[in-house]
Amino acid sequence: MSEQVSMRRMMMVLLVAAALSLGACASKKPKFVPAPGPNAADTGAQGSGANGANAGGADEEAEGPQGGMLATRLVYFDFDSSEIKGQGTDVVGAHAKYLASHGSARVRLEGHTDERGSREYNIGLGERRAQAVRRALLLQGASEGQISTVSYGEERPAVPGHDEAAWAKNRRVEIVYLTPMPAGAPAAAPKQ
Amino acid sequence: MQPTRESHSHSWHRSARLLALALSLGAAAAARADLKIEITSGVRDPVPIAIVPFAPSAPADGGLDVAGVVQHDLEGSGRFKGLPRERMPATPTQADQVVGAAWKGAGSDYVVVGRLSTLANGSVAVDFDLVNALTGAKLATQRFVGSTSALRNAAHRVSDVIYQKITGVRGAFATRIAYVEVDGTPPNQRYRLIVADADGANQHLVLESQRPLMSPAWSPDGLWLAYVSFETKHSAVYVQLVRTGERRQVSARAGVNGAPAWSPDGHKLALTLAGTNGNLDIYVLDLDTQTLSKLTDDPAIDTEPAWAADGRSVYFTSDRAGSPQIYQIGVQPGARPKRITFGGTYNARPRMSPDGSLLAMVTLDGSNYRIAVQDTASGAVRILSHGRLDESPSFAPNGATLIYSERDGNRGALATVSTDGLTGLRLNATEGEVQDPAWGPFGP
Repeated sequence: MSEQVSMRRMMMVLLVAAALSLGACASKKPKFVPAPGPNAADTGAQGSGANGANAGGADEEAEGPQGGMLATRLVYFDFDSSEIKGQGTDVVGAHAKYLASHGSARVRLEGHTDERGSREYNIGLGERRAQAVRRALLLQGASEGQISTVSYGEERPAVPGHDEAAWAKNRRVEIVYLTPMPAGAPAAAPKQ
Repeated sequence: MQPTRESHSHSWHRSARLLALALSLGAAAAARADLKIEITSGVRDPVPIAIVPFAPSAPADGGLDVAGVVQHDLEGSGRFKGLPRERMPATPTQADQVVGAAWKGAGSDYVVVGRLSTLANGSVAVDFDLVNALTGAKLATQRFVGSTSALRNAAHRVSDVIYQKITGVRGAFATRIAYVEVDGTPPNQRYRLIVADADGANQHLVLESQRPLMSPAWSPDGLWLAYVSFETKHSAVYVQLVRTGERRQVSARAGVNGAPAWSPDGHKLALTLAGTNGNLDIYVLDLDTQTLSKLTDDPAIDTEPAWAADGRSVYFTSDRAGSPQIYQIGVQPGARPKRITFGGTYNARPRMSPDGSLLAMVTLDGSNYRIAVQDTASGAVRILSHGRLDESPSFAPNGATLIYSERDGNRGALATVSTDGLTGLRLNATEGEVQDPAWGPFGP
């Protein structure tokens, strides 16, 4: 209740102020009734994923190969395009060669867009980019079981900023290496 | 009045700031960085109304300025202009104390008076009267009773009554919104799904994650939120009971799971799935039987489903014609999609108004992404917003206002605009960025 009285006092102060700048007042973190966390028991149990639930826990990220072009894990794209070109072609080629010669290696291709346009449509564009890299890897010797994809659309930019310089860095596919498949595991179609 | 569903009215300083800023009406459209009510040019004559401070009832009233909340509600709708308190000729708290001529002289067509009182059981009663200053007639008299923590909700219910009496349109001031707040700078963002009152007060955390959260969608009964979460490092659709936090994963299929949309009867979710080949299509999931039916089958990106009010068809975004446009398809087997938008190269993210008369969308206007509405009968399109990167429109349940997200400066903010395009209001986050709003339904 004392908070409510302070609220009224604060309101009167703000009413008098001519210009108000955001963040002028220290702000508390909100209190909340926490929902069960991301690893709550019900997350997997009640899924209707008869076609293969995404068991995120199994996909641990790994450092992956480091030599030469393999250290580059980013492929960039033009606006509204999922065409791999320029340096992207070399990057994809290097990783395809690695995957082709290391049958237990696995990657997750993460597709992204810049912030322009509608969010869920951008999920589609990011997926298109991830699929373009996937097809190029498959064409150059990688196998299905080694590749999974995810699209973040515009939700997870790499760099802040709202101009073409930032947007160009956000239109990308990230090649993320995962822990290799156990020896002898069949290269089946991925559960992703 | 009903008790607020959440027991934590934590961010009181946030709501106080929003309220105070909204009351300090700045010059039209002048400042951009600060929080103000932006009134666009060409606003029609708002109804002049005097909302006299209500007689308090400390300490049970918790110090809440009920009349202030009502004034903020009515002015934010764009259809009312409140009389500044310093120009009020008197401070009546009952209808029979109102001398119409004095208020008419001060420029007001209507006067609202009220008083709070504490009842024997400790609850608070809010009594108010709406008086026509010109005729002296009492247009409304009503009492709302509830707990101290529900007093803000009572103020919004007062606004609803006044709004409906004068405009004939049901008020939506006592409703809630959901949205996503993002903190931190890329690539280290944190994501929160938040439910708040429609004016931004009473923020309540629904879920917090280090991976993206998006596309909140209210169930028709207002009890559940569906949303997309990347917490497993892949997208999945969840539904969560807002009151308790209980949640269920409803789709975590291989590939994309996205864009959940509740059917009007609340028993189905339209959603976007893609599978291993990454081809996005629209499906309908029956929540009772868990059966899935496929609505679109096309190599294009088909996503962002939105139900028509009668539940018999779904609008969606598709780039099958080369770039995003909006289509409509019946949900019965064998239905074929029909293209709905024809102007320009980018029309996406459809949302149908509650009465079915308007289709809201994101449209590319030159080089700017803006909110537009298309008249479903005539096909005429009206661009309502004026930003560079406006998106995610959502109708209020009375269809009179749209909430959407904008980014004009360097911060993502929520804004509302009346469906005639004449009035806008901006709600800025005090920390982080806000995006992806969804306006909840009318309460019980």
